[in-house]
Amino acid sequence: MTMPAPGAARPRVFIVDDHGLFRSGVRSELGDQVDVVGEADDVAPAITLIAECLPDVVLLDVHLPGGGGQDVVTATKPAHPQVRFLALSASDAPEDVIAVIRAGARGYVTKTISGAELVDAVYRVAAGDAVFSPRLAGFVLDAFAALGPPGEGRQTFDPELDQLTPREREVLRLIARGYTYKEIARELYISGKTVESHVSSVLRKLQLSTRHQLTRWATERRLT
Amino acid sequence: MRRDDGYVEERSAPAPPGPAAGQGDPWRPWPGQDGAAPEDGWPRRRPPWRRWRHHQWVGRPQGSGPLRRSREDRLVAGLAAGIAARTGVDVTLVRLAFVVAALLGGFGVAAYVAGWLLLPAEGADGSIASRALNDRRGLALAAGLGSLLIILLTIASALGARWLSSVAWALVVSVVGITLIWRNTPPDEHAVLRRLADPVLGMAGAGGRRRPLLRIVAAALLLIIGLAALLSGRSAHLLAPLAGLLLVITAIVIMLGPWWLRIARDLVLERQARARAEERADMAAHLHDSVLQTLALIQRRADQPQQVIQLARAQERELRSWLFDGLPPGSADGQGMTLAGGVRLIQQEVEAQHGITVEAVTVGDCELDDDLNALLAAAREATVNAAKWSGAPAVALFAEVEPAEVVLFVRDRGRGFDPAAVPGDRKGLAESIRARVARHGGSVTVRSAPGEGTEVSLTMPRDAGRRQPSRPARA
Repeated sequence: MTMPAPGAARPRVFIVDDHGLFRSGVRSELGDQVDVVGEADDVAPAITLIAECLPDVVLLDVHLPGGGGQDVVTATKPAHPQVRFLALSASDAPEDVIAVIRAGARGYVTKTISGAELVDAVYRVAAGDAVFSPRLAGFVLDAFAALGPPGEGRQTFDPELDQLTPREREVLRLIARGYTYKEIARELYISGKTVESHVSSVLRKLQLSTRHQLTRWATERRLT
Repeated sequence: MRRDDGYVEERSAPAPPGPAAGQGDPWRPWPGQDGAAPEDGWPRRRPPWRRWRHHQWVGRPQGSGPLRRSREDRLVAGLAAGIAARTGVDVTLVRLAFVVAALLGGFGVAAYVAGWLLLPAEGADGSIASRALNDRRGLALAAGLGSLLIILLTIASALGARWLSSVAWALVVSVVGITLIWRNTPPDEHAVLRRLADPVLGMAGAGGRRRPLLRIVAAALLLIIGLAALLSGRSAHLLAPLAGLLLVITAIVIMLGPWWLRIARDLVLERQARARAEERADMAAHLHDSVLQTLALIQRRADQPQQVIQLARAQERELRSWLFDGLPPGSADGQGMTLAGGVRLIQQEVEAQHGITVEAVTVGDCELDDDLNALLAAAREATVNAAKWSGAPAVALFAEVEPAEVVLFVRDRGRGFDPAAVPGDRKGLAESIRARVARHGGSVTVRSAPGEGTEVSLTMPRDAGRRQPSRPARA
């Protein structure tokens, strides 16, 4: 866990969740470690308010009454690329989570996360890093395993994007096993920065990989 | 009726000049067919009198770019307008050509349907056919209808209705094409189709009530001709009584058809309503059994946060497996069937019995056999050990199904221990975990150090020939 350095600028955080109780819970968990600048309970107000107060990090529920969390991301990203999104959710079908990530969120954590971990995740996202919870790492491994290696009858349009490198796979596995970045670095004899860059690279692949194939993966999951 | 009133109003509002403002505008067989009319209620299309004034059959500026169905100027699917725009031929001429071709053995209709299916609309990224290829049920339906039609036509032509065979293939192509289009058009074009079908349905259904007299007269006429053909049938010609029978049947259908249709529709509606009510009752029962019970328990135990968390987590898991995996509540037995289910079961039991959080993640899934059951039992023991001895509030459980083996990791951040210092007779680790997995050909590694937590890795080779990986799995 990298705790915020004392004196570092507190990230400005915006909370989007349709449950008032949960929003106030998150507010109190984040405490004074961050600067909560606003909250919204649905897609439309969230888009307007985020554009107004331009927070550093938006904590975004995957499911909202007026649509998915990805709608907020897609509406905000083009005009305000500096606003970063961290998906935060309790009930998560993998395809929904992947959809928010593909829309541009920088990470995903479950609502059962502890306060300290959440603060840590917010700081990471604010610094431009990707935050993968064990569950997201599992989803991603599953998704890319389903895409399969190239040359086995599946079309891959861009092997660079449609596959994880063995190293990235290793890092994801360790995250899924509950390792922190620091522990992963020690385990694989690499630096913390390298771990970060592997995770960011996985995030990039997830966002840029051929839409067609990940969509098919999601459809298969939904059908079976 | 309402529609016709609206039609008259809509037409009179902008008060367009010219003779065509009266009834029977030939260019607008049904109102509002141009899709969304602008606010003034007048369709975007140029009124016919202006079209006729400066008409110019050929030699219009020839469009460039690929052939597309027009969205702006369409009567049905915008095919004629699209062709006109591309070739420079007047749209009216193209439409006339289609109509004439339609009269010649139905060729025009079939060609039109094919064009509708194969040409993308303006601004659309693919043709309907490309979408239809992914629609298996639509393809099956179209194939079924097509072959049924072919059988009927074969029978008909065998019975001597020669004229049918001249339109047969056009009919088959059209029916198959329209079925595919119906299932795969985007909503705006779907509205066009529905409007096309409206007069037909209207005739048989609700609209028919307006013209009962017409219907009865038509039916009576057909009945008389049919009966005459049936009864006068002294001629040795086979076709006469057959045609008579056909006419009588048609008469009966015309008489009673609307009524049948209404009954059928009511039946369907009622069945839907009943299904909805049942679904709702199911959901209510489930929510009562699970969520409401849990909420009541939580209220009663509000002073014991650990128990409240456990209850909430158990409920969350159950609800999630119900919502996303379709598992009924309390179907723990069914979950033991696959590896992911087994991991979920461990998570539930350990959380319930030991009051800690188990974060379980699975990648891939497969059927269980004796070896994997042993692996799961060992993993369960390792999880229970972590819950009992580590002192950590959470245990991470990760399982991955690979082509050659299944790996499982149980990790905590608790107090840890020195594996070398564990007395050989400590039964949990030695017997329940190591020996059990080893007996089935797997291996176990324990990594731990005082203060650093513990990780138990369990590996079981898979008999790849016997166990095919099955997807999907849920975390």
